[in-house]
Amino acid sequence: MIASLATILLCQLLGEAIAHGLGLPLPGPVIGMALMLGALALRDRARPRLPRPLLDGTLESTARALLAQLSLLFVPAGVGVIQNLNVLGQYGIALAAALVISTLASLLATVLTFVWVARRFGAAEGEP
Amino acid sequence: MTVPDFALWVYLSRTPLLWLTVTLVAYALTDAASAATNRNPLANPVLHAIWIIAVVLALTGTPYATYFEGAQFVHFLLGPATVALAIPLYEHRRTVIKALAPMIAALVAGSAVAVASALLVGLAFGLPRAVLIALAPKSVTAAVAMGITQTLGGDPSLTAVLVILTGIIGAILVTPLMNRLKIADWRARGFAAGLAAHGIGTARAFHVNPVAGTFAGIAMALNALLTAILVPAAVSLLAR
Repeated sequence: MIASLATILLCQLLGEAIAHGLGLPLPGPVIGMALMLGALALRDRARPRLPRPLLDGTLESTARALLAQLSLLFVPAGVGVIQNLNVLGQYGIALAAALVISTLASLLATVLTFVWVARRFGAAEGEP
Repeated sequence: MTVPDFALWVYLSRTPLLWLTVTLVAYALTDAASAATNRNPLANPVLHAIWIIAVVLALTGTPYATYFEGAQFVHFLLGPATVALAIPLYEHRRTVIKALAPMIAALVAGSAVAVASALLVGLAFGLPRAVLIALAPKSVTAAVAMGITQTLGGDPSLTAVLVILTGIIGAILVTPLMNRLKIADWRARGFAAGLAAHGIGTARAFHVNPVAGTFAGIAMALNALLTAILVPAAVSLLAR
């Protein structure tokens, strides 16, 4: 558990260092995710001598435990709504319309493109 | 009797412990309600936890900064959770690699539509430029969206709120919309949820199906990258 958390934080820390060091427009945690992906691929290919928790599935279960509560992590930022009630009140209808229409449009554009291209280029679900 | 009570309140209301506890209790209640309604989209646990906590803060006259001192411990975990998305992504890598072409096409289409439609509707309603800048990156995960807005000279705290609202709207809309369109492909459904509604859409997708959750996580990460490139161009084109 501790080794798993330390590995996750280490990836994020390296990601932040790379993002800020190189001035990339990407957030550190997203680079950290790519680093973790690379680390997992290396681990399973090279089978290095690592602490047991990183090999026996503890890393995987720690990550799943964290992701199972992903919704909770947005609550503190969401409560920030109370700081912006004046802007939301002033432009409430326009913002509500923009958010609902744009979210609907982007859901539709994404899913229809995905399904169309998957069918067109034979990447249908469940194919070998 | 009221004097010691008041002193106790003053003491407790300033410790991170109180507001961290309030955050977890509120979420535990709303998540239990969500589970009890079989994950009905309208019982979204984030939405209901937010207003419950906001009411508690308003009733006790607590400023957001004081609340956040406690809640920051939960907020901090957003970063590690993003890194943790690598694990389901790695476990489903074969499914993911097979879907590379539809993913790239859907990413480009969805990301462009998300930014352009937000700006166009905002312009149609005559929103000022400062609000448009805060609105444009609304489909991207909060940290990136706030960075984009800040670079363009907008208000990042407004962006954070619009991002969370977008996530809640997307998480509520996605299941009924996909069912109505009769889309049975979990990869496509998840990818759309993560692209349009970032982490809250991804959380919703993980509640519904693990493959959908994996694709939502990928869409969220890729859209963060593309939107950071698209928004400055779209703003200079549409909202001069």
